[in-house]
Amino acid sequence: MSAHSHVGTRPPAVVPRWTRKRQGRRTWWKTAVGLVLTAVMLFPVYWMINVSFTRDQDMRKSPPDLFPTHGTLHGYRLVLDQQLPYLGTSRAIGLGTVAVTVVLAAPAGFALAKLRPYAGGVVGFLMLAAQMIPGIIMAMGFYAIYLTLGFLQSVPGLIVADSTLAVPFAVLIFTAFMAGIPGELLQAARTDGAGTIRTFWSIVLPMSRNAIVTVSLFAFLWSWSDFVFASTLDGGGAHEPITLGIYHYIGNNNQEWNAIMATAVVASIPAALILVLAQRYVAAGVAAGAVKD
Amino acid sequence: MNTTAQMPDASAAPGGDGPAKPRRDPAGTGRGTPRRPRSPQWAAWGFLAPVVAYLGLFYAYPLYRNIDLSLRDYTVRSFVQGGAPFTGLGNYRTVFRDPTFAPALEHTVVFTAVSLLFQYAAGLALAVFFSQHFRLSTTLRALFLVPWLLPLIVSASTWSWMLNSDSGIVNSTLGWAGIGPVNWLTSPSWSLASVIIANIWIGIPFNLVLLHSGLQAIPATLYEAAALDGANAWQRFWKVTFPLLRPVSAVTLLLGLVYTLKVFDIIWIMTKGGPSDSSTTFATWSYRLGFGTLLPQFGPGAAVGNILVVIALAFGLVYIRAQRKQMSS
Repeated sequence: MSAHSHVGTRPPAVVPRWTRKRQGRRTWWKTAVGLVLTAVMLFPVYWMINVSFTRDQDMRKSPPDLFPTHGTLHGYRLVLDQQLPYLGTSRAIGLGTVAVTVVLAAPAGFALAKLRPYAGGVVGFLMLAAQMIPGIIMAMGFYAIYLTLGFLQSVPGLIVADSTLAVPFAVLIFTAFMAGIPGELLQAARTDGAGTIRTFWSIVLPMSRNAIVTVSLFAFLWSWSDFVFASTLDGGGAHEPITLGIYHYIGNNNQEWNAIMATAVVASIPAALILVLAQRYVAAGVAAGAVKD
Repeated sequence: MNTTAQMPDASAAPGGDGPAKPRRDPAGTGRGTPRRPRSPQWAAWGFLAPVVAYLGLFYAYPLYRNIDLSLRDYTVRSFVQGGAPFTGLGNYRTVFRDPTFAPALEHTVVFTAVSLLFQYAAGLALAVFFSQHFRLSTTLRALFLVPWLLPLIVSASTWSWMLNSDSGIVNSTLGWAGIGPVNWLTSPSWSLASVIIANIWIGIPFNLVLLHSGLQAIPATLYEAAALDGANAWQRFWKVTFPLLRPVSAVTLLLGLVYTLKVFDIIWIMTKGGPSDSSTTFATWSYRLGFGTLLPQFGPGAAVGNILVVIALAFGLVYIRAQRKQMSS
């Protein structure tokens, strides 16, 4: 029973039978309540979008316009003018983090799930504990090390630091997933003469596609969203990620909130894409990260 | 790429052009090696070694550097050039005596406790609501994940603007209801509440997802039995759902606790811990000492950070125990 099977496809088990009978009549108001709750919850997101289209002269209007009736693309033009390099850097850092994370974590997950390494339990425990360390402490340690090595303000340095956000989680996901691969399959491969590496590469890895997708999504999202490492290790560098782009906007006491919010909207695109395209992986990741060991 | 030099029986074919296959002597002619020559431990640790090396280099070593920082008297100069004198627990004493210590501790506790309470309560209510079967329930539940997926800087800056004293939508809504403008981010009595509100908003999805998957595991027959016994919805929740959800609740709350202790981005972006330390927690204080000023105090900053690590790991261990218990039950 691996975590990913929990999510998505299974019908809700909590529906008592007596409600099902009267469902047609009884549930429309629940849908209505659900819509209202969702609207309340997502209001800040709507507001971000609304403000991103608001003209400068309407920005301080009281009460504020609830809809961008006099919408402007001024904010988005500024994003195109000023923020594209930041976005590019963030994408590069995200992809780099994904690569580092998968390459390190997939073999480790395989070992922990299937090869019964000596002291494997301790390693698994360390992975859990590693996730508890506050990012700010890691940042300070990295800062001291990078300063000595001259790695500050470098993209590879930031990739390595960002990967610490994802690697322990990724190992846990891979372990949980690969534990679900039937042992007979690996045994059969061995009987056919495949060695461990071959088994891993040709059988386990292709079967772990879902885990790879989940891990990649989270690794990308976390490094894309990272602010702590970016501001401590990369501040003032030639290639800064988008989180710093937004932060500079705010920090400069910029009053062009349409531009700030437009940048925020653009910076949210990966999250939105992930939600639309891969929602079940996201929920699986949340559940697996917390409930599996 | 495919360096699997391990297909023993293929080597029976003559002229196998593969690389020499070390130690794989077919038919077990080897010097006393058993039938499976490559020890499984060897392979297992081969796969595990990169990540263990990685843990050592990028977790243990930064943590070690952090402890070292906290035990020496670093100046900017000695930070770069080395040779800072060892001062033992001096930095910790400085931190304990600092007038910021008590407020930071209090704010950390309040921030964490209030955030957890509301995130959990809201997450549980929503989980129960969305586990009912109605049109769009799955889609709407998915939309609830949005706040959790957004980069924190996006959420934090959006909330900053919504809570703006003069032009924010929150104050204009309150004004419409006849409540005077609140200086959410600029008044010392409201800044902590403001960052807590934003943090609750961000944390609800996480609680919702975990508690929802916990609810799925409760068998429907229990509800049917309770209903047959005449229990109403309220009683069914308190007598069936809530007790059976306890293990999942414990895991959710403990994990939430560890994550909330670390929260830094939201507070720093919204208030920088101010005004006058009114929303400073250990996490933001540590950052401010180390990076927030022109004259960094790395030693005390690292000391505050290490106190935070100890607290987080202590609760982390409780979490791991609770989780083990849940898995074995």
